[in-house]
Amino acid sequence: MTKFTKILAGLLALAVAGGAIAAGADLGQTAKQATNWTAIAMFAIFVGGTLYITKWAASQTKSAADFYTGGGGITGFQNGLAIAGDYMSAASFLGISGLVFANGFDGLIFSIGWLVGWPVITFLMAERLRNLGKFTFADVASYRFAQTPVRIFAASASLVIVAFYMIAQMVGAGQLIKVLFGMEYLYAEIMVGGVMLAYVLFGGMTATTWVQIIKAVMLLGGATFMALAVLYQNGFSPETLFTNAVAIHAKGDAIMGPGALIKDPISAISVGMALMFGTAGLPHILMRFFTVPNAKEARKSVAWATTWIGYFYILTFIIGFGAITNLVANPAEYYVGGEIAKGLKGGGNMAAVHLANAVGGNLFLGFISAVAFATILAVVAGLTLSGATAVSHDLYASVFNKNCTSEQELRVSKIATMCLGVLAIVLGIAFEKENVAYMVMLAFTIACSSNFPVLFMSVLWKNCTTRGAVVGGFVGLGMAVILTIGSAAVWEAVMGNPKGSAWFPYNSAALFSMSSAFFTIWLVSILDNSAQAQKERALYPAQQLRSETGLGASGASGH
Amino acid sequence: MQNVLDKVTANPKFHEFIAMRSTYSIIMAIISAAAYYGFILLVAYNKEFLATKAGAGMTMSVGVPIGVGVILFTIILTWIYVRRANTEFDATNEAIIAEAQK
Repeated sequence: MTKFTKILAGLLALAVAGGAIAAGADLGQTAKQATNWTAIAMFAIFVGGTLYITKWAASQTKSAADFYTGGGGITGFQNGLAIAGDYMSAASFLGISGLVFANGFDGLIFSIGWLVGWPVITFLMAERLRNLGKFTFADVASYRFAQTPVRIFAASASLVIVAFYMIAQMVGAGQLIKVLFGMEYLYAEIMVGGVMLAYVLFGGMTATTWVQIIKAVMLLGGATFMALAVLYQNGFSPETLFTNAVAIHAKGDAIMGPGALIKDPISAISVGMALMFGTAGLPHILMRFFTVPNAKEARKSVAWATTWIGYFYILTFIIGFGAITNLVANPAEYYVGGEIAKGLKGGGNMAAVHLANAVGGNLFLGFISAVAFATILAVVAGLTLSGATAVSHDLYASVFNKNCTSEQELRVSKIATMCLGVLAIVLGIAFEKENVAYMVMLAFTIACSSNFPVLFMSVLWKNCTTRGAVVGGFVGLGMAVILTIGSAAVWEAVMGNPKGSAWFPYNSAALFSMSSAFFTIWLVSILDNSAQAQKERALYPAQQLRSETGLGASGASGH
Repeated sequence: MQNVLDKVTANPKFHEFIAMRSTYSIIMAIISAAAYYGFILLVAYNKEFLATKAGAGMTMSVGVPIGVGVILFTIILTWIYVRRANTEFDATNEAIIAEAQK
């Protein structure tokens, strides 16, 4: 590395740390580090172990139902861990701890936002989803409606959400492999795409679930160890930890209070809505509710998921502060050129990874690096599975070939998985140099403006009709995309328009796109007096009976 | 089966029960949203308060226990709901169904 590129890398690292605040936990561009064989070996062990499980899962995956739900026999506790595994991404582990490392308290504010969607799912959605659905949330949304239009809407919205979420993950994987393993970007794309395909293609939901459970346990275990090590260094006194961190941090006492995270209240409320209701519209999360046998277990799943995710965010806060006390004190080892002004080696998001080295040595560094990378693999597997299900169950089996057999449906889901896997690799490569910081937030915004309103209104509002749901859902989807394009994060940062030219003034479109979706569903539904609409309203009591009591709900498995 | 469904639908206890449960879950959702937005509005409008020290001579600000409190509160609220739904509500639900199957 020449001096110039080193400085560039340092500036980049600072930009990443700063950008994380504006854009969310994003991994940004990174610089390739020395090859880390320990991390690669640990990751190889993880892949080997999970592929072995996949081999077993493949023998259990015979029907389309097995592929979608793993036979429906997963317990609430297991499913809670798997949901946590689906939700805790590498970006949230490295990004939030990096945000705490750079700005202290702001990281806590940010992480709380990612937890608030769970109570909404618990109180309003979990058991109704389980009682009405079989494989996908579209089963629930289309329960009393015309199948074709609702399924087409649900599949379109799901695939758009999966695509944006996936690109963010694949680009993140490529950036991470450079700093964690010291390997080329391209290897990450092929490795993540290939291994993920093996899980989903052969092991379906059973393999995906176990990959997520193992990853969640490894991530929670590793993070717990780091947090305990940090607390041990400080005599198990948070006050001592904070005092030591404030004494050494460049921003001093300012890290104990809110900084620049929230600029205007409208944006804050809008982002809050995207996170709060978007979680309840993410297809890969909703799909997990059909893997448990009944509503009781569905409720337990979310309670456990909320517990693990909340616990994880508390850990990242401790880890971020631990990184301050450990890394800033040792710039020679952790900073570019040994100078704090040049930023952390590998970028601001590497705080947790360097801390792993500081508290657990090279072996533990390898472990945490492998876990961070495995995290992406698990999330991508969940996304691919939900995307493939949208194609095979919602489009193929419910619209194009209603009389297909379970074998035909399973074959289509495998073809769809293959296509999505290849697409993931291609998109990952295509977006390497692009700024993808806005994409996860866009996925949440679309989810809260399309899937969530349609699901919510179809289940809870008697007068909702097919026409209302479909028109409203598409309006929400379109608004979410168009307004996001007009916001500074895309209009200026991605499309290169001059600063200040963004025509949508807020950070998040959710407040506007979600309200429009609800309003449109309401308006179109009340204006809809077709015979079909009358029929759909008449079906509401039967739907309500099943959603509330579970009478007639599909059983533990499709056998 | 249709007979059971009709009987449950005709049972006033069923409608009372789902109305009560819906109210309960909506109240819980409002409480959790209020906790979150309360915190966010505090961040937006009263940063100084959150940066206030938790005690004389301390480094920790009151924001830390409040923030961690919001996380713990969310978890506890979820468990309170799930506990009640999985015991009391499910028992009532099963009693109503059993009554219809007689």
